[in-house]
Amino acid sequence: MSIKVRSRLAALSAATLAVTMMSGAAFAQKKYDTGATDTEIKIGNIMPYSGPASAYGVIGKTIDAYFKKINAEGGINGRKISFISYDDGYSPPKAVEQVRKLVESDEVLLVFDPLGTPSNTAIQKYLNQKKVPQLFVATGATKWNDPKSFPWTMGWQPNYQTEGQIYAKYVLKEKPNAKIAVLYQNDDYGKDYLKGFKDGLGAKAASMIVAESSYEVSEPTIDSHIVKLKSSGADVFFNIATPKFAAQAIKKAAEIDWKPMQFLNNVSASIGSVIKPAGFENAQGIISAAYLKDATDQQWKNDAGMKRFDEFLAKYFPEGNRIDLNVIFGYSVSQTMVQVLKQAGDNLTRANVMKEAASLKDLELDLLLPGIKINTGPTDFAPISSVQLMRFKGDTWERFGDVLSADATN
Amino acid sequence: MELFTNQVLSGIATGAIYACMALAVVMIYEAIDHLNFAQGEMAMFSTFAAWQFMQWGIPYWGAFVLSVVLSFAAGIAIERALFRPLGHASVLVQIAGFIALFAIINSVAGLIWDFTIKPFPTPFGSTPLLGGVISSHQAGMIAVTILLLGFLYVFFSFTRVGLAMRAAATMPESAKLVGVNVGWMIALGWGLAAAIGAIAGIMIAPVIFLEPNMMGGVLLYGFVGAVLGGLSSPAGAVAGGFIVGVLENLAGTYIPGVGNELKLPIALAMIIAVLVFKPNGLFGRVQVQRV
Repeated sequence: MSIKVRSRLAALSAATLAVTMMSGAAFAQKKYDTGATDTEIKIGNIMPYSGPASAYGVIGKTIDAYFKKINAEGGINGRKISFISYDDGYSPPKAVEQVRKLVESDEVLLVFDPLGTPSNTAIQKYLNQKKVPQLFVATGATKWNDPKSFPWTMGWQPNYQTEGQIYAKYVLKEKPNAKIAVLYQNDDYGKDYLKGFKDGLGAKAASMIVAESSYEVSEPTIDSHIVKLKSSGADVFFNIATPKFAAQAIKKAAEIDWKPMQFLNNVSASIGSVIKPAGFENAQGIISAAYLKDATDQQWKNDAGMKRFDEFLAKYFPEGNRIDLNVIFGYSVSQTMVQVLKQAGDNLTRANVMKEAASLKDLELDLLLPGIKINTGPTDFAPISSVQLMRFKGDTWERFGDVLSADATN
Repeated sequence: MELFTNQVLSGIATGAIYACMALAVVMIYEAIDHLNFAQGEMAMFSTFAAWQFMQWGIPYWGAFVLSVVLSFAAGIAIERALFRPLGHASVLVQIAGFIALFAIINSVAGLIWDFTIKPFPTPFGSTPLLGGVISSHQAGMIAVTILLLGFLYVFFSFTRVGLAMRAAATMPESAKLVGVNVGWMIALGWGLAAAIGAIAGIMIAPVIFLEPNMMGGVLLYGFVGAVLGGLSSPAGAVAGGFIVGVLENLAGTYIPGVGNELKLPIALAMIIAVLVFKPNGLFGRVQVQRV
C-alpha cells in the first residue's frame, strides 16, 4: 500500500479499528447512503476538460487512472470505485448542471475534487443543502475551510493567503527595507495571494510595495508589465502568475537585466513546465514554497514515494506527463480520498464520510514533502496547511528552513 | 523619459506579434471576404508541427519549411473538405463552421501535445538589444514581418494570381465572367493564409511559449490591428499591429488609476474613434459602390 502512516499511529488506528469492529458487531449492520453498496462506491467529479482551463483536465484523468489501480488491487474494503467525471468547461452554470446530474441522476455518494474557485463557489450551496460531501476541492482559495457555515465542504491544498503571508514574513526578516513590486493575475486567485502578502507585511505594506501591476489572462505577453515594474526601482519581485505568464516574467526580467530578489507562487513552481521553459540561468535564486515533490527534480530520483508514483504511471497512466505538476496533484489527492474511504469501513453514509475526512491524523502521502502531513479535525477543514520555502539552484529546488504552517505565521 | 522609450520599444516588440498575425488575417480576408476565427488555432497547430519535427531531429530551417509547406497543403485541404460545401450557405453558417474548426483544432492539439508550456527555439538568439528592451529574436521577428509584408505586397499588386484572388474575393461573379477560377482562388487563399499563420506562429512561440491556447489573445489583437490598419491592406495591417502594441503599453503605463486594468478597452476605444472617421481603416482602400 502506498500510504504510509507512522507506525505508532498505525498501531493506534488498528486498535481503534478493532474497537470499532467490536462495537460494530453489536448491531453488525453495514450502513449505506445513496451511492454506496456492498460492491460499489460511486464518486462524482467535475473538471474543465475543455475551455480556457483545460490544462487542469489532466487531474481528472489522473484520478480516474488511480482509482483503476485501486480497483485492480481489489478495491476499498472489497468495494470497487465507480468514478464519474463530467466536463464543466470551467463554467459555473455548467458546473451546477453537471453536479445536479451527479447527485440526482447518477446518485453518487460524494463529489470529489471538483476543480476551480468559480465552479466550487457555484455548487457549494447546493451540495451543502443536499448534505452531499464536497470533498478536497481543487482550489487554493481561502474560503473552503469554514466548517461552521459549510459543514459538507472541505479544501485540500494549502491556501494562497497563507503562502503569501509566508513570503511576507521572509521579506520582513531578510530585507526589512525592501522596495517590492508585485505582478498578479487579475482575478480571485491573484488577489487572494496579494491579500495574504499584504496581511503578512502588516502596517508596512503601504510603504514597502512600490509597484503593483495586474494582467489579464487574455494578454499575449506581459512584457510591458515587467518593464514598468523594473522602472519602479524595486529590489524584490513577487510573481503571482499562472505557469505561462510566470515563465514569461522570469525570462523578461532576465532579458532587461532586472535582478531583484524574486518570489514565485507555488502555482507556478514546476521545474518542467515553468523554470525550464524560462531558462535555468534566468531562474537562479528564485524563492518559492512547495508541499508536493516535483517529479522533474533530481533530488527525488531514488525516493521511495516517487518510485511508487512512477510504477503507477507506467502501469495505469502511461499517457500521463510526469513533468506536469497536475499529475502529481491528482495522484496525491486520490490517495487522500482512498484513505478516507478506508477509514469509513462499512459505514458508508455521507455523514460518516465527512466525519472520517475530518479525522485524518498525520497522514503522509507518497508525494508530499517530507515533514508535511495531512491533519484535519471538526474545526479544521484545511487538510494541508504547511509548506516549505525553497530556493532554485542549478537545476533543482533546494528546500530551506522549517516546514511552515499557517498557525506559525499568525 | 527612459520609461517612455522603453514602453514604446517594448510595444513595438509586442506589436510585431500582432502584426504577424494581422498579416494572416488580411490574407484570408482578401481570399474569402470573411474573418476565419480558427486562424489562430491553425497557426498554433502548425507551430506544434514544426516543434514535433524538431523533436524528431530535423534541423530548425528544415522543420520551418516543412511546417509551412504542410500548412499550405492543409489549408487547401480544409477549404476543399469543409468550406467548399458551405460556400453558398449563409455567413452565420460559415461562422459556426469557423468556430467548430477552432474548437476541434484546439482540443486535438491538447490531446496530442498536452497543455504544459514548451519552449520554442529561435534562429536569431535571445541577446538583449537596446538595453534589453528588445531581444534579438524580437528584432528578427520584426524583420520577418516586413519581409512577409513585401512578399504579400508584390503578390497582390503585381502577380496574375494575386490580382485574380482579389477579384475573386471582392466580386466573384465578375471574376468568373473574366475567366478566373474562383473556387481554386479561395482554396489558394486558405493555403496561403495557413502558411503565413505557420510563419507567424513559429515567430511568436519563442516569446509567448508553445501551448494549445497560445493564440487566443494574439488573434484578437491581430484582428484589431488588421481592422485599424485596413483589412484590405497588408501594410496597413502591419502598421495597425504596431500601433495597437504601442498604444496598449502607453495606456497601461500613463493613464493613472484604471490604465493598467483597462488598457485593452482604452486601446480599443481609441481604435473605434479612428474607425468612426475612417471606416476602412487608416490605410484601407475606400470602397466605392457604383449605383
